[in-house]
Amino acid sequence: MTTMSGAHPPSVPTSAKVRTPGASTGNEIELVGVEKRFEITEGSVHAVARTDLAVGQREFIVLLGPSGCGKTTILRMMSGLLQPSAGMVKVGGRDLWRGAQRDQVALQNLGIVFQEANLFPWLSIEKNIALPLKLRRVDKAQRLAKAHELCKLVGITGFEKRWPRELSGGMRQRAAIARALSYDPQILLMDEPFGALDAMTRDQMNLEIQRIWMSSGCTIVFVTHSIPEAVFLADRIILLSPRPGRIHSITEISFEQPRDMAIQTSPEFQDIVRSLRRELEAMG
Amino acid sequence: MKHFVRRHLAWFTTPGLVIVFGIVWHLYIVIFDVSGFILPKPLDVVVSYFELLGDSRLWEATGVTVFETLVGFFFAAVIGIGGGAILGKVAWLEETARPFVIATQVVPKVALISLFVLWFGFGSFPKVLIATILAFFPILTNTLLGVKSVDLGHKDVMTSLNAGRWETFKTLEFPSALPAIIAGLEVGIVLAYIGAIVGEFLAGQAGLGFLTIDYQNAFDVSGLFGVIVQLTLVGFIMYLAIVGLRRILIPWHESVIVEKLRQPVG
Repeated sequence: MTTMSGAHPPSVPTSAKVRTPGASTGNEIELVGVEKRFEITEGSVHAVARTDLAVGQREFIVLLGPSGCGKTTILRMMSGLLQPSAGMVKVGGRDLWRGAQRDQVALQNLGIVFQEANLFPWLSIEKNIALPLKLRRVDKAQRLAKAHELCKLVGITGFEKRWPRELSGGMRQRAAIARALSYDPQILLMDEPFGALDAMTRDQMNLEIQRIWMSSGCTIVFVTHSIPEAVFLADRIILLSPRPGRIHSITEISFEQPRDMAIQTSPEFQDIVRSLRRELEAMG
Repeated sequence: MKHFVRRHLAWFTTPGLVIVFGIVWHLYIVIFDVSGFILPKPLDVVVSYFELLGDSRLWEATGVTVFETLVGFFFAAVIGIGGGAILGKVAWLEETARPFVIATQVVPKVALISLFVLWFGFGSFPKVLIATILAFFPILTNTLLGVKSVDLGHKDVMTSLNAGRWETFKTLEFPSALPAIIAGLEVGIVLAYIGAIVGEFLAGQAGLGFLTIDYQNAFDVSGLFGVIVQLTLVGFIMYLAIVGLRRILIPWHESVIVEKLRQPVG
């Protein structure tokens, strides 16, 4: 069960990675005609209209849109927490769903970070981070070693033995990221992970997630409603429009990575932010 | 010094209030000239309690009552936690079982005692049974509530990790329900104690409940009060033992951490 660790350790620095468009070999995640309706007592709600989307290897995709545009629904469908009403979700070329069952191998490739850290309050930080490995029956010494390594990666060394409630919101979210990375998934799905944090912590976390992304070589799909956050992080921004949720436009962001905060004051950056904002406003 | 007093407040207020209560009690007897046959003076109660402490009958009775209470409580905990967890996980079973669980609670337990005596005689067993029946209900309902009120975000984590039912129960639902379960146990131990004593009262040959009846028949009011003091203290100790579980089983919980935080550092 532990074959994944070692094959693809998140601590391998690949910061010199060169990103040439079209260089990615396969698609990590593919949505093929995916659609979602929620059945409620008075009929059904069309949450996401037929959507096609391909996310390439090592890509940083941001799903951006106003509330009600189905961005969280799309992410939950990618993560296997929600089954599409129609269409297919493919992870690493495999169908995520087989009937009502989820494909084990596909799930192994997905790590999820929620808006809330969702750490278990009765487990220490290290045990929270090691939880996925425990469920995979990795032995204790090995999984704690991995947890410590990840604490270093996300910058919470020294807090391994603490309880979640003793940590600040930003620290808890770091631990949640470490937990999602514990089994070395190829894909990290993040649902407004920094939405509950203050602006300063949020900027810092954005730098961190960029660093983690570049050093781990994973693919990230990131949901947010903050335009600057989207422009700062993304390779491609998928702008969604509401009722029903569907892809409105796709914007490629070509600033060189890693990016620093100063980039946000550049005219090019602000142009992109402005044009995205105009598009959003036009949706009403 | 101020911190010390705040931290151990109950150690100062409890004896203080007991003494005040004793003084009021004493004054009442003196002012209204109450017969010692009806209500003894507090000091007489203290004296007779200390005399009782030297009496092996008291310790035998205490042993019997504590045994019945703890055995009854043990079965109540097993039925309550086990049953609550199962009912919390299996919706149709909960709906099916609910009327019967409630029925065990609305039936006056005192009426059941006569039946149990008829069936099982005057020994300890019917008392244990009453203690169990009385105590399992709050444990069961609290466990049920605890298992059902698991945080949805936490559930998402387990679902995304593809955890099975048993793993989810073990890793998430049970620990998450523990604070509620312990609250149920705290009520349960008190009810088990009451059950055992009432059982002894009505159909006893031994135990503290039986001893009170014995003193009542002998018109020994001071002795009766002595037994009541013993009953109170023993009940207190058992309750505190269960409360102490909090610190051991759920050291992460708000109810424990707040207590800790109240203790100022240095």
